[in-house]
Amino acid sequence: MRLVNWKLFLKYLLLLDFLNGFKLAMKYFFKAKVTLNYPHEKGPISPRFRGEHALRRYPNGEERCIACKLCEAICPAQAISIDSEPRDDGSRRTTRYDIDMTKCIYCGFCQEACPVDAIVEGPNFEYASETREELFYNKEKLLDNGDRWEVQIARNLKSDNVFR
Amino acid sequence: MTTYREVMIDKKIVEVDPCLTIMQACEQIGVEIPRFCYHERLSIAGNCRMCLVEVVGGPPKPTASCAMQIKDLRPGPNGEPPQIKTSSAMVRKAREGVMEFLLINHPLDCPICDQGGECDLQDQAVAYGVDFSRYREPKRAVEDLNLGPLIETHMTRCISCTRCVRFTTEVAGIAQMGQTGRGEDSEITSYLSQSLKSELQGNIIDLCPVGALTSKPYAFSARSWELQKTDSIDVMDALGSNIRLDCKGREIMRILPRNNDKINEEWISDKTRFVFDGLRRQRVDKPYIRKDGRLVEVDWEEALDNVSINVSGKKIASVIGDMTSTESIYALRLLTERLSGTYECRVDKSCLSTSDRSGYVGTAAIADLDNCDKVVLIGSNPRLESPVFNARIRRAWLNGAEIYLIGQKVNLTYEYNYLGEDRSALKALIKNVDLDLNNNTFVVLGQGALIDDDGEEVLAATKKIVDTYSCKFLILHTAASRVGAMEVGFTHSDGIDSALEGAEVVFNLGMDEFDLPKNCFVIYQGSHGDRGAHRADVILPGACYTEESGIFVNTEGRPQLALRANFPPGESKENWAIIRALAGKLNLDLGYNNLQELRTKLINEFPHLGRLDQIKTPEWVKSKFKEFSGNQLFKPYYLNYYKTNPVARASLIMNDLSKNLDLENQIIAAE
Repeated sequence: MRLVNWKLFLKYLLLLDFLNGFKLAMKYFFKAKVTLNYPHEKGPISPRFRGEHALRRYPNGEERCIACKLCEAICPAQAISIDSEPRDDGSRRTTRYDIDMTKCIYCGFCQEACPVDAIVEGPNFEYASETREELFYNKEKLLDNGDRWEVQIARNLKSDNVFR
Repeated sequence: MTTYREVMIDKKIVEVDPCLTIMQACEQIGVEIPRFCYHERLSIAGNCRMCLVEVVGGPPKPTASCAMQIKDLRPGPNGEPPQIKTSSAMVRKAREGVMEFLLINHPLDCPICDQGGECDLQDQAVAYGVDFSRYREPKRAVEDLNLGPLIETHMTRCISCTRCVRFTTEVAGIAQMGQTGRGEDSEITSYLSQSLKSELQGNIIDLCPVGALTSKPYAFSARSWELQKTDSIDVMDALGSNIRLDCKGREIMRILPRNNDKINEEWISDKTRFVFDGLRRQRVDKPYIRKDGRLVEVDWEEALDNVSINVSGKKIASVIGDMTSTESIYALRLLTERLSGTYECRVDKSCLSTSDRSGYVGTAAIADLDNCDKVVLIGSNPRLESPVFNARIRRAWLNGAEIYLIGQKVNLTYEYNYLGEDRSALKALIKNVDLDLNNNTFVVLGQGALIDDDGEEVLAATKKIVDTYSCKFLILHTAASRVGAMEVGFTHSDGIDSALEGAEVVFNLGMDEFDLPKNCFVIYQGSHGDRGAHRADVILPGACYTEESGIFVNTEGRPQLALRANFPPGESKENWAIIRALAGKLNLDLGYNNLQELRTKLINEFPHLGRLDQIKTPEWVKSKFKEFSGNQLFKPYYLNYYKTNPVARASLIMNDLSKNLDLENQIIAAE
């Protein structure tokens, strides 16, 4: 004699699995959306976010970097290369400050090592480029980044200052 | 015979010489004591107080270990050995205290300081200091000095260890630096704001334990950790000072001394240290051929073809310059021999004897100066010909040696008994028994005396003196390559004039000091666009002394190996390789294809050149005194210390120094 599994029979007959799935779909249908309409919408990022590098300036326009080469020394990917010489006024400045962004692993050691907060990893993460060469940043590009992002970088540094 | 004394250092009983200081005793058993002012080659000052240790049973306070001798320690109450503690709580606290005091006035500008990364204060602050500061008051600031074009000063960083003062007065022999004022107002100054007038001043950069004295030409250009260090040998003079070449990428950023007690101790001259910018300037980096009176750039193939066409069947003579390595000289000798030409290294007409080895290396070692009680300088100005050697003579003088000088009266930084300036003084010295010359006498014969017409007689007379009183004898060469060239027999029996006589082709390997005869085809192989290159019909660009590995034999006959630090610029090649390529063009087999084979061949023929850092003492050959033909004056070899070779002439720093020298001379003349 064959036994009939009535429970399974009813489940199949009343399409309960289907209804469960439908319920879940309806639940998410009416919930707030988690996807963002990038690039028109963007998610929040931490003030400690380590994005694209920038070289900062002092408020009077003087570049902060003093060519101490600590960032170059600590960089685990050896992405930074610096040349320096005395400027005409006798101060110690870089003549070359290159970061190879394709080598960089975004560990943030450079900004930790910097004694004058000159090199920072800013909040920008949208700097994808069409060619590889565009990712070899030089001093001009980094200073330009600094000028562009100074307001946000300064705010982030200030908000993080209490934890340092 | 010293009786050793038992002391207990850090609970370990050791026997040490009682004349040693506590610091030296600790060093012997491998206990390191931090220090700033103490330096083993300078007198003891005892003013930094960093080397404090605890002496049990002594006064209840820490003792400066650099200034306390073992023999002054008191034994325990029952005759136990005196006890020294170098890491007790008291010592640690004392060091922390000293470090805190030192850092009170030391600026925290390590990131912009050139000493950063190789700074004693930095290292010891990490090792023995504390990680906080209690100092809230304003810091002291001191005005910087102007010490000339070589040394940059940041006197705010000075910790008043007085190493620079002691070096300049004791070793360099100039009384131009000192400490003035007391307490917080004490400052290191140069008297009357003079810039330093010494050929050894660069050494105070190395001596300074902080960044108060740094190198001006090297300023801000590199960090110590990014430099590649190569051991090499200096060729600016014939002393063969041991140097370290610090390279960043392809460029030499600075030159530092290496310690070698037998030669340069740990000093080098300014020319050695600051000549590196001459390695980048005025370089010939492409082959040239003279076409219609003008030098035209060509490629290697064409240049070598041109040489082989012009050389074949002609009478060739080869000469070499002052900075050529022994391997290249040997290779050129092989090549010239195969072309049945003549060769000569004594381009300055120096009358060094070719047959007798004692007639060009002498019998003494430089280190013998330390034990001698008389030094006789004949026709030499060691201050210009070899400043580091001069500092060693000065130390012998400080230790009580009598110095005698025959030659031009000059300031040698020490006092000497003047015996005269002409040949008659030398002649008189042979018979002068009053001076009591003996086997502890060190006789130095300079090149200035040997380049005159009667140089042979001067050499003979000097050897006669050495022979009569069995003195130690050193010929002070001026060219780094000279002894090496003499060793490999790169000489012609009758000197340079007869070697060049009738030569249709002259192969000039880096010789820029003297003119070559007219109406001959000149092949110049060298590194700089100097006199030799101007006279050339073909220029083959070669490597400079930092750019190829080579053996250099110094003035006492000690072969030393220099390693390659960087690559020759542009299309220039290593010298041995150019000679090999040229031999290939001429279908000659020189018996080597690479530097290793060349070196093996060289050492097989001259085995003593393979025993690096060892002097082969020559057999003494007596010579007969010959009467001088006239009574000539001894003339100086160098007129301008800073422009003695093509690298120095190309260097801007050396030009600056030379200009300052001229200015000084002018002012004296006007006064």
